[in-house]
Amino acid sequence: MVHVQGLRCRECGREYEAAPIFTCEWCFGPLEVAYDYDAIAKSVTREKIAAGPLNLWRYSDLLPVEADSAVDLGTGFTPLVRADRLAAELGLGEVWLKNDTRNPTNSFKDRVVSVALSKALEFGFKVAACASTGNLANSVAAHAARAGMRSYVFIPSDLEQGKVVTTAVYGGNLVAINGNYDDVNRLCAELAGIYDWAFVNVNMRPYYAEGSKTLAFETAEQLGWTVPDHVVVPVASGSLLTKIRKGFDELYKVGLLDEEPQVRVSGAQALGCSPVAEAFIENADTIRPVKPDTIAKSLAIGNPADGYFALDVVRSTGGGFGAVTDGEIVEGMELLARTEGIFAETAGGVTVATLKKLAADGVVRPDERVVVYITGHGLKTLEAVAQTSRPTATIAATLDAFHEAFDIEES
Amino acid sequence: MSVTVRIPTQLRSLSANAAEVQVEAGTVADALKALEATHPGFSERLFDETGGLRRFVNVFLADEDIRFLQGVDSLVADGQTISIVPAVAGG
Repeated sequence: MVHVQGLRCRECGREYEAAPIFTCEWCFGPLEVAYDYDAIAKSVTREKIAAGPLNLWRYSDLLPVEADSAVDLGTGFTPLVRADRLAAELGLGEVWLKNDTRNPTNSFKDRVVSVALSKALEFGFKVAACASTGNLANSVAAHAARAGMRSYVFIPSDLEQGKVVTTAVYGGNLVAINGNYDDVNRLCAELAGIYDWAFVNVNMRPYYAEGSKTLAFETAEQLGWTVPDHVVVPVASGSLLTKIRKGFDELYKVGLLDEEPQVRVSGAQALGCSPVAEAFIENADTIRPVKPDTIAKSLAIGNPADGYFALDVVRSTGGGFGAVTDGEIVEGMELLARTEGIFAETAGGVTVATLKKLAADGVVRPDERVVVYITGHGLKTLEAVAQTSRPTATIAATLDAFHEAFDIEES
Repeated sequence: MSVTVRIPTQLRSLSANAAEVQVEAGTVADALKALEATHPGFSERLFDETGGLRRFVNVFLADEDIRFLQGVDSLVADGQTISIVPAVAGG
């Protein structure tokens, strides 16, 4: 049962029917799905969710599309694992990792795409499309194949090979643009005005973005229907961070949490593309777009559409922002892999390096229960660690050679 | 200078459904104000109460975001194209 009332402008509050539209005709503000929370509260219970499928559709009461018509590859309900070794290394207490590398195309984008293309089919679209920094490309191509839709996926031409191959293999149209993500996105915004396609991040965006809330839903359920004190979230467009906060709030609104959540939300950006972090640090009201220059290509959005909302969430919850160098990103990837056995892409390196920075600055505290969102798999960005992650030794297949290379005392 | 302004679908109700409008202007600000003269209603949609561009309106001159140029004061050359594009999310 879908409880959607319509769409509402986040900027000026004007209301619209639930259609494939994404901006307010009046002020250009982004449109967001509006729900009948009283009806949801009557329908949803912890028991009903627990009896649902082991994927994101267990939360369909809080999503804008029927679970029965879902385009599903088995996304969601990814592991939430305790990270004691990482916590010890950073001088923190209770740290958890939400491991979203474990989705069908190995990033959190499967959550938003599953919702967006389910809704696209409901609207009658035949073609799926998107502008992407890579992870969204993987996911749209895969879900379009699953749904039997044609697809047009637009990416910057300098993307990592691991993201190009893992998109093209699904057989849709993959269009590499000579430009950065913001150039690709602008082209797509114009194409969306010409072709009757479901651009998941353009005309499907209000529905698409709702998929990110499931990261908050799962976190709370996996913590026994409680919330963390502090979350650390990577920021590209700012949508994910904003929706994680919204997800916790909605759980309380519909009666699934006993107490009003007080979750501090902190954001992570790469120094080479940190427009939102800069505005936070400078205490500025405006976010100045930047030309991205970072190895964290999945976060390389210089003109973040939801940046203002992300900034508001971080400020109003008493969180912080970190911006980390490419060197720190690689160290973050290695730290996570070495301490917890999880290989994350560069965005995960950004998030872990930011956690380290915020812990050192006392923003993330040892007395807090912290959840860190690891949003994409390391195999997608092998280039980042290919130089530093090499065989310890390359030797002949003899005992002598081994003993020469390794002076081993313990047995 | 004669410049072309590309109108996004959200604003085409103001331009009689035209996707492009030709205007005479010396700066981006002139061009956007010239739209108001021929197609009333544009200004209140593009600019807020303080006279600044609304924060979710992106304007490009010859495919470059004007915030990387001189903003609405950016000078335009004859034959250039200005695009008005809503902000979109993604990743």
